[in-house]
Parts: sequence; C-alpha cells; structure tokens
Amino acid sequence: MMLRLDDVTKEFRIGAFGGKTVAAVRSVSFDVVPGEVVSLIGESGSGKSTIGRMILGLNSVTSGAITFDGRPVRGAKEYYRHVQGIFQDPFSSFNPVFKADRVFAMIKQSYYPAVPEQEWAERVRSALRDVRLNPDQVLGKYPHQLSGGQLQRLLIARALLLDIKLLVADEITSMLDASTRIDVLNLLAELKTRGLGVLYITHDLSLGNYLAERTVVLRKGGVVEMGLTDKVFGDPLHPYTRELLSAVPRLHEEWGDAAAVDTCLYHERGAAEGLLEAEPGHFVACAQLESC
Amino acid sequence: MSLRVSELRVYYRTLKGEVRALDGMSFDLADGEIIGLVGESGCGKSTLGKSLIRMDGRMHHVGGSVELDGKELPIADDRRMNDFRFKEVSLIPQYAMSALNPTRKIRKMVGELLKSRGAALDAAELERRMDQVGLPREVLDRYPIELSGGMKQRMVMVISTLLDPSLLIADEVTSALDVSTQKAVARALLGFRDSGYVKSMIFVTHDLALTHHIADTIMVMYAGKLAEKAPAHVIVKAPRHPYTKLLLDSLPEVGVRYSERRLEGIAGSPPSLLHPPAGCRFRDRCPLAGDECAEEPPAVEIAPAHHVACWKA
Repeated sequence: MMLRLDDVTKEFRIGAFGGKTVAAVRSVSFDVVPGEVVSLIGESGSGKSTIGRMILGLNSVTSGAITFDGRPVRGAKEYYRHVQGIFQDPFSSFNPVFKADRVFAMIKQSYYPAVPEQEWAERVRSALRDVRLNPDQVLGKYPHQLSGGQLQRLLIARALLLDIKLLVADEITSMLDASTRIDVLNLLAELKTRGLGVLYITHDLSLGNYLAERTVVLRKGGVVEMGLTDKVFGDPLHPYTRELLSAVPRLHEEWGDAAAVDTCLYHERGAAEGLLEAEPGHFVACAQLESC
Repeated sequence: MSLRVSELRVYYRTLKGEVRALDGMSFDLADGEIIGLVGESGCGKSTLGKSLIRMDGRMHHVGGSVELDGKELPIADDRRMNDFRFKEVSLIPQYAMSALNPTRKIRKMVGELLKSRGAALDAAELERRMDQVGLPREVLDRYPIELSGGMKQRMVMVISTLLDPSLLIADEVTSALDVSTQKAVARALLGFRDSGYVKSMIFVTHDLALTHHIADTIMVMYAGKLAEKAPAHVIVKAPRHPYTKLLLDSLPEVGVRYSERRLEGIAGSPPSLLHPPAGCRFRDRCPLAGDECAEEPPAVEIAPAHHVACWKA
C-alpha cells in the first residue's frame, strides 16, 4: 500500500469572518498502490482537486488521515522527492521569463547538488526521451515557444528525474488537443509499468475509462461508487454514475437516458455506514432514493 | 440556401506578418441545418465563427464573400454589420459567465438590450423560451452572479435567440460545462432549431463525439482550410480524409474496454499559419503523403454532400 486516504474530510471556512464552513470533501477513503492508475472522477465542485491538493500537501486535512508508505503526509522536501503533481494549465505551471528547462536545473539544485553537470545533462536528455520529446527541440526554449503537450511532458520528465513513486495528475490533458492528448495519456499508462502509482483526476469519463485500473466517482465531496474500472463503468450501480455515463456523448451510440435504479442496494443489503461492497472490489454508496 | 460562404479569407495582423487563420473556406448551410465545425486549436474554427458576426481589431477581411438569405453580409464593415447582428446573425459566446452585465438583473438587462435594437420585450415569449430550456422564472429577477454556469449559459442562449435570428453561431458553448449540464444545453440548442427560433446553426467545438449528437453535417477544419465536410454519420462511420480518420482513432470512448490496447495520437503539430507551407497543409503529419501532395488539393465532392480536400481520398 503506497498512498492511503482514511476517512478524509476537508472543510473550508467561508463568509465574511469565516463564520460558516462548507465541506468540500466528506469522509473519503481509498488507496493507490504502485503500478496502477486510479482515476478520480467528478464534476465541478465534487472535491476532486481538493483531494489532489491535500495529497500534495498544498491544503491541510480537517479530519482523517492521508498516509504515504505508512507515514503521514507532510509538505516536506523529502516527500516531494517521491510525490509530484502536475496541473491543468501548462502555461501557468512555468515561469514565463525563464527557459522551460530551468525546472530541471532547479531539481538538481535542491535534490542532486552532488551529481556532476555532465551526468545530469545526460539524465535530463534521457528523461526527455522517455517522455517522447526530442531534447534538442525543447532545451533552451521559453514556455511560449513550446506547445501545451510539450510543456506537460516536460513536467512529467521533471518528475521522472526525481525518485518518483506517486504522480498526481490533475486534469492534465484538458487543455490539450485530441490528437496530442492521447500521447500524454499513453505516457501515464507507461509510467505504471515502471512501478509508479498515478492518481488521474478528471471530469472526462472516457479518459478515465481508457487509462485507469480503478475508478473513484465523487459527488459533492463524497464517494458514490468506486472499484475496478470495468465494474464501475460496465455495471454502474449508483444512479449518479449511470446518469454521468449516459450523459457522455459517444461516437457510435445515440444519446440515451440512464436506466433507473429501482431499489437502493445499499439499504437493501443492510449497510449502515461507509460504502457497501456490492461485489468484491466494487463499492457503492446509498442511492438516495425517496425510500431510503 | 440560408448561408453561402465562398472563398473566405480572414488574416490576423501581427508584428511578424499576417497569420492566415482562414484561408479560402467555402461552404453552404441550408435552412434548418446544423453544421458542426470541428478542429483543433488554431485551425481557424473560432475565426470563422467570429468573422460571420464581428471581427476584432486584429482581423481583416482579405477576400471572399458571405451571403445570408440572399443578401451579402458586409463582414468587413463593423458599423454596417450592426444592422444584422442579433436580428439576422447571433452568437452564443463560449464564456457566458462574462457575457452578462454583472450590474443588472437579468430582466432589466434583456429589456435594455432589446430596446437598443428597437424591439419591445415580449415577456410571455421570453418566459416560454425559458421554460423550454428549463430555467425557472425567478432567474429574471436575479443578478448573473446568483446563477450557476449552466444556468448562465442557458440564459445567454435564450437572450441570443430572442429576435429569431436566421443564423446562430454557438462557439464552444458546452466546453466549460459538466457532462450532465452539457447534455441539457445541447438538447436545448436542438430544441431551438426545431421550434424555429433559429433557422440554421454553426456549432463550433473541439469535441467530435458531442458534435455527432447535435449536428446534421460535420465540417472538419485543419490549418485554416476545409479538410472534410459530410453528413454527421458519414464523418463518424466512413471518413475519407486521413486527418479525420486519425482524429477519430485518437478518441477514447466509454463503453469500450481498452485494458492494454493503446490508441495513437497524430505525430507532429499543425504548421505555422504565419508562413504556411505550399501544398496540402496536413502533408507533414500524413501517413499517406506522396508527391502530388506538394500541390494543394481542392475540396472535391466525392459523394453527394461529401466534400474532401485530399488527393488520396
């Protein structure tokens, strides 16, 4: 077990004097193991990015625990040697007045000061080739001279230079074109063969379906359904998951309406707290029907 | 024929020279037809949408003409276009969030807008159209900030079409919305066409799968030019342009099991439109490219209503 979230809740204070609180994430538990991609799927306001930010130590946890290799998450230097995040907008991830490859020099400065320049340059070039970038085309360029896909891949290369174990990818392809987006996705799929764990945060179900072994569906901060991607997408149990799936436009099928859920499996099976394990590895929350 | 665009060329002025964002587009749009305009960033799809309603300061009209319901649209003349905007041609912008005046309640804003066009507010008609897109009446007495993104988007849709324009340009209207809202907005757009609020529509998007559910005809653009135009189901089932084929092959779908199977992207990137290469602009990325591609392929009608600009099609 590499990354584990245990009953994690995050509340934000709102209002003029922080008098009110709003729960962005409510009792979320799941884990990510080495060599797998877990996709975190939700619409705007579902708390998916907040979860990513908490894992990266950018937001504190209100209650519950996030542990990485058994130790609680701290936003410390050693932690970031193993855990890195990549975000949606590649153009705002880079300092526009520095050349893009300066991010590599900064990694060397803070993590590998003892590595000789020559060897470091070779490592950088090999990491760039790993992400299918031609080093000669990207080194020495400013961010505005590179495409969004190239910038996102530079960030993946940067993570690979570290002793990376977990990558949090928050909507990293949503600003890319269809023809280049798939290359970045394939790259993430390749990372797992190196034993990396990837948390892929997205609103796009088709991308999650393509990439992930396991899927967590969020709604308003809580998990509604999670489990193996094949099961969650192949046999969705929660009405919300069905609704989401039916709303995705498909190329070879007409837009249908979601099949209704007649009985709440959760209450029918007598579950009282947490999620119901409907079948091995497939968890579902209460359907919130009127009869519940 | 509702709209006829012939050999339209619109360039952007930049310090480095002219960017040929739209370089000789021709197509027809019939009454009651919805055209889905798809392409990647920088292919000229938004430029085309903007050219038909309002060119910004950097754009200039280099050649070609646009005819709407038999009248030529003075697209290069910002002032004369004013007579057509909102009444004949209307736009739903991508960011509905910033399209509404934040200091007015919706009802007042709609009234002022109509007055500026010399029309009176027909409250019953407005409410009927709001019902149709599923907006509660109270929305009229709220400020834009009090509405969600999807509600604002639908409100803008209703306002844009109040004067029953002949042509509606919907520019990436769903790209900022969640999937379930996206479906509602897309269906509302279809409803507008079916109720005759708009005669024809150009639906600009980067999402091929979504277009397929809305449009009658899909038009694929690449680097400022038309690549392929055909009925929606033909584009999806039997595309002929290599770019369309590769684009379709790179789309992951739900309901398909991939496990270890991998899709492929299209290697390379589109050419710079500052000094576009001669010949076919997809040549450098095309697996079928041959010697004849050094010459520019004309858009040929290879089957009824199926136009392809490729020597190999």
